[in-house]
Amino acid sequence: MKFVELQAIYVMWLRQMKRFGRAKSRIVASIIQPLFFLFILGSGFNIASFAGLEGEYIHFLAPGIIAMAITLSSMFTGVSVLWDKQFGFLQEVLVAPISRLSIIIGRTLGGATTALFQGLIILVISLALGVTISSIGGLIITLITMVLLSFTAVGFGLIFASKMNDFQGFQVIMTLLIMPLFFLSSAFFPISESLPSWLKAIAYVNPLFYMVDGLRGSLTGMNNVFPPLVDLAIIFFFCVVMMGLGSYFFSKSEV
Amino acid sequence: MEIIKTEQLTKKFNGFTAVDHISFSVNKGEIFGFLGPNGAGKTTTIKMLTTLLYPTDGKATISGYDITKKRDDVRQNIGIVFQDPALDTELTGLENLDFHARMYGLDKEKRKSRVNEVLTLVDLQEKKNDLVKNYSGGMKRRLEIARGLMHYPTVLFLDEPTLGLDAQTRRAIWDYIKKMNKDEHTTIFLTTHYMDEADYLCDRVGIIDHGKILVIDTIDHLKSSVGNDVITLSCSNLVALRAKLQQEKWIKSTKEHDSFLTLGVQKGEEKIPRIFDIANTIDVRIQSINVRKPTLDDVFLYYTGRTIRDQEPENLLQKGTRRLHGRRDL
Repeated sequence: MKFVELQAIYVMWLRQMKRFGRAKSRIVASIIQPLFFLFILGSGFNIASFAGLEGEYIHFLAPGIIAMAITLSSMFTGVSVLWDKQFGFLQEVLVAPISRLSIIIGRTLGGATTALFQGLIILVISLALGVTISSIGGLIITLITMVLLSFTAVGFGLIFASKMNDFQGFQVIMTLLIMPLFFLSSAFFPISESLPSWLKAIAYVNPLFYMVDGLRGSLTGMNNVFPPLVDLAIIFFFCVVMMGLGSYFFSKSEV
Repeated sequence: MEIIKTEQLTKKFNGFTAVDHISFSVNKGEIFGFLGPNGAGKTTTIKMLTTLLYPTDGKATISGYDITKKRDDVRQNIGIVFQDPALDTELTGLENLDFHARMYGLDKEKRKSRVNEVLTLVDLQEKKNDLVKNYSGGMKRRLEIARGLMHYPTVLFLDEPTLGLDAQTRRAIWDYIKKMNKDEHTTIFLTTHYMDEADYLCDRVGIIDHGKILVIDTIDHLKSSVGNDVITLSCSNLVALRAKLQQEKWIKSTKEHDSFLTLGVQKGEEKIPRIFDIANTIDVRIQSINVRKPTLDDVFLYYTGRTIRDQEPENLLQKGTRRLHGRRDL
């Protein structure tokens, strides 16, 4: 790889760090919102009892909220390509003597960095709220899962950013696709045997389910359906597919 | 030496021919302008020459590099100021320039000194650490020009460089363009639909309409092709008078638009009485008449049969809808 391509990746990454650092309100909102979920849902559902739930509800909820924070933040990065398209900056990048692959890699790394930062903050707060880490090995798998999760979501965002021309489409995707998938990811309630079978079917083809389940299994070591490494393998598969599709569509997109 | 050379360059979009077999060349150090109404194919031509669009047919080279085969070499050799602003407004002016320089492979020393040079050229030294979103329209355009120059391009493309700017700012931008052409010996290819802009800046102008180049020449030659003087008149029977005047050998050209007749002649003030005489013989009453030096408006009218403004309202509407649909400018 030529030196200029590394520079390009660095520039794309640095640009996102600077923008993120300056968007104070976005940082605050992106941390506060999951905290609301954590506190309000955490306290609210603490008094309810779910069949087969081990430990306190907050232990169950925290990994789901971490996954949610990372996914939303990364998707935002992917979709922010739309901003660049709208404000013309994408042209400036596309006309530079650098490959589109470098642009995608730099952007993805930038998005993943900010998403991880937010995920880690929620993780630390969860620990402060009494969530316990199962093991050091588990923590490492948790971090790897978080990285893969953010790459997957950036890729997903890129696909839509390459295909859409305005932000209304993004809103529709969020409302009609991402929120339902989250509700069925076991982030908020366990996907137990007593659920209607069609709901269970959707849950098991839902990539977010494996991400939440993987994080939960590796971090807290309880309430998970599959072993964390199995989840990790499945997430890796989704990640490769999403990044591949995202890069493909982005490289084909016109300015 | 030819910096830009095109042969039969063509771009079609779903059967619509935006650029129709154009051939021209731009020499080193010159300011060359494409003059034409909106939708004439100016931006499409720029997008092909800057590797953002593939031509449907024909070929073009920039500094000897083929635009389809040597894309990275072409990109390294060109600077562009797009019609729509292409700055990152959440970054400072300095960061915009520095990021650009990195993407073009300038080393640290060079980046530093070059940033200073171009900032001085466009008088933005004092604002370099401000976020671009706090810049005025004119400052943004100046920063874009500075950015376009960062990597020492052999040719700088300016797509409608003063679109949407007020009169005073336009004048200042023109002077910056002239200055960089002179100080940095940068060849400049610009598009515009403003006559005064082409007149003030360009050494040579190509008039483009419906994707075709109608004529390429120096401003002076273009003006004298119309006639040394232009007479514009309105009268009671335009058609009859025009038919009669067309038989006169001393009238170089006659064009009709709106309710006016435009004539290209030599020594215009001496011709006015003769025109009155001719009108009298066929009982046509002249309502108004004036004589003036030709402008590029007259040149445009001469070659296209209409003024550049005739097209404006319709095309502005089109542009508006294009913008709504996500800026898919041709």
